[in-house]
Order: sequence, then structure tokens, then C-alpha cells
Amino acid sequence: MLRNIHKDWLGAGFVAVLGLAILIFVPVYFDLFEVLQMTKYVVLALFVLSLAYIWGFGGILSFGQAGFFGLGGYVFAVSAINMGQTTIPFLIAIALCVLFAGALGYFMFYGRLNDVYLGVVTLVVTLILYKLINHTAGPEYIIGTARLGGFNGIPSIPIMTLPWQPDQEMEPAQMFQYFMAILIAVYVLLHVLIKSKFGRVAISIRENEVRTSLLGYDVRLYKLCIFMIGGAIGGAAGAMWASYQTFVDPNIFSLEWSAKCLIWVIAGGVGTLIGPIIGVIALEYLSFQLGQTDFINNLIVLGTILILVVLLMPKGLFPTFRDIFLKLWRRRGGQGDGERPG
Amino acid sequence: MSEQSLLTTSDLSMRFGGVVAVDQVNFAVKTGELRCLIGPNGAGKSTFFKCLTGQLKPTAGSVLFAGQELSGQTTHDIVRLGIGIKTQVPNLFDGLAARENIALSARRSNNQKRSEEITDEILELIAITGLANREVGHLAHGERQLVELAMVLAGRPRLVLLDEPAAGMTADERDRLAEVLRQLAGDMSLIVVEHDMQFIRDIATEITVLHRGRVFIEGDVAAIMAHAEVQEIYLGKEANGAA
Repeated sequence: MLRNIHKDWLGAGFVAVLGLAILIFVPVYFDLFEVLQMTKYVVLALFVLSLAYIWGFGGILSFGQAGFFGLGGYVFAVSAINMGQTTIPFLIAIALCVLFAGALGYFMFYGRLNDVYLGVVTLVVTLILYKLINHTAGPEYIIGTARLGGFNGIPSIPIMTLPWQPDQEMEPAQMFQYFMAILIAVYVLLHVLIKSKFGRVAISIRENEVRTSLLGYDVRLYKLCIFMIGGAIGGAAGAMWASYQTFVDPNIFSLEWSAKCLIWVIAGGVGTLIGPIIGVIALEYLSFQLGQTDFINNLIVLGTILILVVLLMPKGLFPTFRDIFLKLWRRRGGQGDGERPG
Repeated sequence: MSEQSLLTTSDLSMRFGGVVAVDQVNFAVKTGELRCLIGPNGAGKSTFFKCLTGQLKPTAGSVLFAGQELSGQTTHDIVRLGIGIKTQVPNLFDGLAARENIALSARRSNNQKRSEEITDEILELIAITGLANREVGHLAHGERQLVELAMVLAGRPRLVLLDEPAAGMTADERDRLAEVLRQLAGDMSLIVVEHDMQFIRDIATEITVLHRGRVFIEGDVAAIMAHAEVQEIYLGKEANGAA
């Protein structure tokens, strides 16, 4: 599996260039509705990257990644409503999610929680947040001028502004480009991180935690940092989601969101960054198309697709097709197996 | 205990419920010494190693390494102090090449360039340069043992614990390993757990026998091999004949 992580820079560069091309040309060639739809995919792609990184490259299986998504959304909403601008609230949302991940992660990793217990704790914490926010409907639950609204959620969240134009809300095309730029930047940064010493150690923790510790690396600290990075990305995605929708409600913390995030990663391919992005776009597009029909329930179709992917392509969509391509390429080039280039 | 002792355990005990796996072990290894630890299965050898590396928290007693108390310290802190362990079942990153496994160890306290240099030195020392670019998941058991030893050495330890390092090796690999261990002794201390008596004769001068978690006897190879109880109880008749 580690072999898959040795993607050359060419692949990452190709993805980044493709992303830039999409950033430039989508607003030119697609109509408003399609741009809005693609903006949604971009935000969800960032959200899925948070889990794709911590699970695929740190071995941390979080069942509650929606916790950071929701927290980022709510913190952004409250801050933006109070401050009348969006750049600092966006940063506050990320910072608070990092702190929350740090506090939660400290107890989990320094308490030696692993595997299923870690999954259960992350899920339960997210569901506690869900319940907590659901019970804030009364008028006493107000932070500054922002009412939390309980199950009704927070409406009229400010649309993001460009940092250098704080008085002007972004147009849909601008929002798409801004969010796309963030997605590309996060993708490239994660790729750099994975290739760094920190990234190598993180992968070694995923592969063999005991040996990593026996090499003198503080596994707890590394896992905490990985979890906090995941929290930051999830929080950023949540803030972007709240601004995109101009609305946020407690359902953002729901099990459905955490489960969907897991499904996107599994379908796209654990241990890759681009796979889960492909997974979220493919499944959300399919879900959208099926939602326009009334002869079949789209959840049944999605569930069937997930079962088929797990059974037929256990590595996920992207790694499976990549391996097929590489096998064909090697056969054509006559390259051997089991030997790594020096 | 000698003033030269690099590692000293005092009344070290490890209990699992009612089972006493390590029972008040008093043990010392000098700087540069190569010590063999023998005993039948269940004697507590691997548990003893785990107590030394912090993988298990001893229920009683103390471990002193280079003047520092190890009890209560985490595994990574103990490793950073200079104790490396080659586990009984090779513990490697199967998806990585041998070179990458070793470099990961060297990289902990060195920059990229230096860690590559250390990796090359160790590959040459262990004579596994030919395996450098092979994924360790595809290697034979004996080869994996050598890669794990290389990985441990790349961390520049002062004391290396080796749990059955010769298991699964070919005769050539075993001879090479014995030569490497003899070469390393002096520069660093080594504690070797092994069942292969011929291999022990090849490398050791001092042997400690563990039985039911306790130190049964300590002495030089000839004395231990000649010890009637050790032969009958721990080494068996075959070893008696071979001796």
C-alpha cells in the first residue's frame, strides 16, 4: 500500500494544473446554475480531503469528521454576523477547529485510544455537538448579535468577501474561483507534507505504529498534529459551506454527513488525495441526477453502488483504475515487479 | 553491580494477573559487552525486553540505563536515550524498500543527506546492499531479520536488544550475522536472546539463563554449557551432545 504513496511530483503537478484550468475556464463556459453546483463540489472536496488525509496518510479513522465541518460552519456564521466581514471569521473558524481537534486529540492519543474506540469517541463527540446545537432554539442562546437558532439554524450568513475587497461580496464565479484556489492550495500543501519527513513518519505510523515508536518517534504527538491538520481543513470547509449556503443548521453535525464523508473516501480510494475528490464529485453528481427523477430512490442506488465498489474495487475507484493503467503500462514497457527504482 | 554497567535492572518484575513473567530480575550489562540471554519458551525473555524498552510498564523494580531511570519513560524516549530493539518477529514497514526502512530510522536525528550516508554505511556493514531497493514485504524471513537489524543500527543505539536474530536464516546469513555482532560488540552493548546454541557459541562469552522469570545462572559460555542442570533442563540432551 505504501507503494501507492510514492506518487511522483508529476501526478500532483498534473492535478494542480488541471485544477487551475478548471478554476479559469469553468466560469467562462458554464452557466450560473452549473457554477453554483460545482462550487458545492469544491467545498465538499475540501471537506473530504480532511478525512482522506488523516485516514489515508495518518491511519486515523474518524467517524466524526462532520464535527469539524459543523463547528467551522457555526463559528464562521457567528463571527461573520458579529464582525460584519468574513476574512477574519474564516481564520477564527479554522483556528477554533484546530484547538478543538487539539483538545480532543490530546485525550484520545495520549490516552492511547486506537482503532474502533477512536472511531466511537469521534462519532459520539460529533453527536453531542449535534444535540447541543439542536437545543439552542431559545432567545437566550445568542452570541453578540447572532442567535444560534437551535434546530432552525442560523440564516442570512454573510457571503464571503475577497480579503482585499472586504466591502464587496463575491459573485458566484468569484466564489467558485476563490474556493477552487483554496482547494488547490490545500491539495498541494498536503502533497508537500506527505513527501516531507513529517509525512513519511505519519505514513509509517499508519503502517506500523509499534515499530515507529521503537524508532524513537513520538507517535502520540504525530497523531495529534495529523488530527489537528484534519480539523483545520474540515473547519475551513465548514466555514466555506456556511458562506456558500448562507445558512447553517444542526444537521451539519449529523451522522449522515460523517457517514457520507467516509463513503466518499472509501469509494474514491483510501491512501490517495485525488481519489476521494473524484469520489465525492462522482457520487454527489450521481445523487443530484438521481434526485431529479421520481421513479427510484437515489439512496438505494447510492447504497448499491457503494456495496459494488467495496466488493469489486476494495481499494476504491482511483487506485483500481490507476493500478490497471500501471499494469498495462509496465507490460508494454516490460518492467519487472518487486524492484523499486533507487 | 559494576560501575561500568550501561544497563542495570534491580528486582525487575512484571506480573500479568497471577502470572509472574519476570520475577525480581537483577541483571547488568557493561558498556561494549555482548551478552546472550537463554532460557526455554515462557522463561520471560521477550517480556524482559519489553520492560526494558517501555512497551510494558514493570510492576516492580527499576531499570537504570547510563545513569538514568527508565521506569515510567515512554518507548520513544527510551529509544532516544540509546536502546534499540530487533523484535522476535521482524517488525518492518512492508510496503517500503529496505533502504527506505533503514533511512526512516536514520532520519530521526539526522538531515536527509546524512541519513542517506548512514543508510549506505549500514547496508554495507550488514552486507545487504543487494536488498536495498527490494520491498521488504517480498523478502525471506532471514533477509527481513537483517533489514530489521540494519534499521535498529541506523538509529545509532548504545545498547541493542536482539530477540532471536538468527531465526529463519540460512547458514551463510547466520555466519554473516555472527560476524557483524562480534564486530559491533565493543562499540555498543548487545543483549541477544537466542535458542541456536551453535550461534551462541559463535558470538558470546557471557550467558545469562532465565527460568520462570528469574535469573537462574550467569557465567561464561563454557561454564554454562557444562552446567548439568542447564543442559538437562534448558538446553536438552541434543545440546549436551553438541557441546
